[in-house]
Amino acid sequence: MVRVRHVTVFIVLAMIGAVLFIAVLDMPAFGDPEAPAHLHVVPRYIEMAYEETGVKNIVAAILISYRAYDTLGELTVIFVGAAAVLSLLWREDE
Amino acid sequence: MITIIVQTVSRIMIPFIQLFGLYVIMHGHISPGGGFQGGAIFAASLILLTLTFELAEAEKRAPFRMLIAIAVSGALVFTGIGMLGILFGGYFLDFLVIPLPIPPADVSELMIVSIEIAIGVAVMALLIIIFFGMAEEVFE
Repeated sequence: MVRVRHVTVFIVLAMIGAVLFIAVLDMPAFGDPEAPAHLHVVPRYIEMAYEETGVKNIVAAILISYRAYDTLGELTVIFVGAAAVLSLLWREDE
Repeated sequence: MITIIVQTVSRIMIPFIQLFGLYVIMHGHISPGGGFQGGAIFAASLILLTLTFELAEAEKRAPFRMLIAIAVSGALVFTGIGMLGILFGGYFLDFLVIPLPIPPADVSELMIVSIEIAIGVAVMALLIIIFFGMAEEVFE
């Protein structure tokens, strides 16, 4: 019975692995300038980030200006983490 | 093992770690870095202080209630700068509509630097809060 279960788990994992491997073969080559990820919004960032945000570091321009909601969410995640730690571990007695 | 060697070396290193953390926060808009990274480096200096000295020593330097106030005010500054956009008739986190007597790109740069500092201060305080909260459980 245990042996049957092991074989089943192995077959399922091998199938998932094969699917992921085929998907990787379909991806664009590493550093390909024609890759979809490099054709969508990246040219706009590279050309216009300094004029639009006044910041020389494109990463900072994307993080704080173009994707500011995302950064606010990240800060909220850490904030909620600290609040959870405090609510679990903080004692009032001292 | 905590010896006088460890304590002396960490006492020498902590100011430089803190200075480097502030540098990473302040230069986040020019060079690699930013609020999250600089805040984490600054928090690491106080974690080093806790590990090499007593927890009470570190809590004397950074009182718990002060850390909570710093964390909350950092998050409030971020949200408040975002609200300025709504106040002056734009969208949330829209920096270009804020009417200051300097070019729009400079307004944006100023707001980005302010937000980097707010993020750095808040992340520093939050990471130390998490560490102190867990360390109190271990040390007592």
